[in-house]
Amino acid sequence: MAKKSNSYVIIYTIILTVVCGSLLGFASQALKPFKEANEAFDTKKNILGTAIDLTGKSAKDVEKIYTDNVIASYVVDASGKKLDIGVDKVSVPDEYVKPLAERKLPVYELADPAEPGKTAYYVFPMWGFGLWDSIWGYVALKADLATIQGTVFLHKGETPGLGARIAEDEIQSRFKGKSILEGGKLAVVEMQKGEGNDYSGEPHKVDGMSGATITARGLNDMLKQYFEAYKGYLSSKGNQKMSLITQ
Amino acid sequence: MAENTATAEEVKEIISEPLFSKKNRKLVTDPLDGDNPITVQVLGICSALAITAQMKPALVMGVAVVFVMCCSSVVTSLIRNTIPSSIRIVVQLAVIATFVIVVNEILLAFVYDVAKDLGAFIGLIITNCIVMGRLEAFATGNKPWPSFLDALGNAFGYAIILLIVAFFRELLGAGSLFGFKVFEAIGLDYQGNGLMLLPAGAAIVVGLLIWAQRSWNGYVEEA
Repeated sequence: MAKKSNSYVIIYTIILTVVCGSLLGFASQALKPFKEANEAFDTKKNILGTAIDLTGKSAKDVEKIYTDNVIASYVVDASGKKLDIGVDKVSVPDEYVKPLAERKLPVYELADPAEPGKTAYYVFPMWGFGLWDSIWGYVALKADLATIQGTVFLHKGETPGLGARIAEDEIQSRFKGKSILEGGKLAVVEMQKGEGNDYSGEPHKVDGMSGATITARGLNDMLKQYFEAYKGYLSSKGNQKMSLITQ
Repeated sequence: MAENTATAEEVKEIISEPLFSKKNRKLVTDPLDGDNPITVQVLGICSALAITAQMKPALVMGVAVVFVMCCSSVVTSLIRNTIPSSIRIVVQLAVIATFVIVVNEILLAFVYDVAKDLGAFIGLIITNCIVMGRLEAFATGNKPWPSFLDALGNAFGYAIILLIVAFFRELLGAGSLFGFKVFEAIGLDYQGNGLMLLPAGAAIVVGLLIWAQRSWNGYVEEA
């Protein structure tokens, strides 16, 4: 067959595709268990990272801290009722595309390492959309279910140096101490436009990221939407404990 | 007849050429300095600016590029006589893309944190002009061994610049090297220079490097 003929080119392309494709399929399958283990570990690290300082901790330490301090994890529905499935069976991005009322919502209860066995923080996973692609994260509330203890945000493809800063500790720590309640009702914790302003006296305002307004808006929407979704859970807990949410 | 003899001699010469002949050695050493892909040919700048804020990702990126370039150069060179010229760029891209994805999978499996840091940039090795440039300019017309050496030289030339830039950026920007707090360790209170961590800092370092290299080796851009 002549090298320039169309059929040569077509057959060549087909063979190339098959060879490359099977190579990639093989590599992907062979490495899958490792990747899954890494992802599971990363999730644990992020859940703990919202409330517990993990700097300088080895992978083994993190595993131990996780088993010691995550004292309960369960899934609730929009009304706050516990569902009979494990948190590992729920995929947050899959739930994200469902209407708020139908979502299955995981909750993690964390103890403070200083006070083992007692629930000190509630961690809620979240999912949203930034400027270019998905953003997601975990928000820890203190035991009063109103004050933010800490946040971890991640992203797939936000602009490095701008929107990608949501993954930095410095940005995440700006949410610490903000309150999601105002007069017994849910209040929206919002990142503001502009950077370098002091919002330390404002319970619901967070200093913004210069040049990343749309990513910040995605972050705000995510927080608003998920606290709305968890409202049923928050009020059921609140009623039992200190009736924080009255609606 | 005379022509035939000449060809035969040429063939003999090629066959008997030692593995590390002067010509072959030059393939590796040239791109390290006089023909460096970043500082002289000014290719691959995008990734050089993006992933050099720290030493570790720069090192992993360098290793990944060495691997991808060597493998794809050798493979392209092996199949160079079968590639239909009308789709040769497509074939080169397919070869590069395959190796890049394999590298990405390996990183995700074994150095997850670094893979997350590098993110899109591993995928972007596919479009790194250095890789495609060497395949198109060298591997499609040469035997596997010289192609391998050429790829090795160019990839190292790229990796060395990444590491030098990352060295200055991490040291001056964060006061650390490979995450190790250098200034703290020797008891100095060092306030990191945030500019060095931004892409602009990389552009400045690369510019200074180009200046230093050219005043040292006397390279002048041909008009």
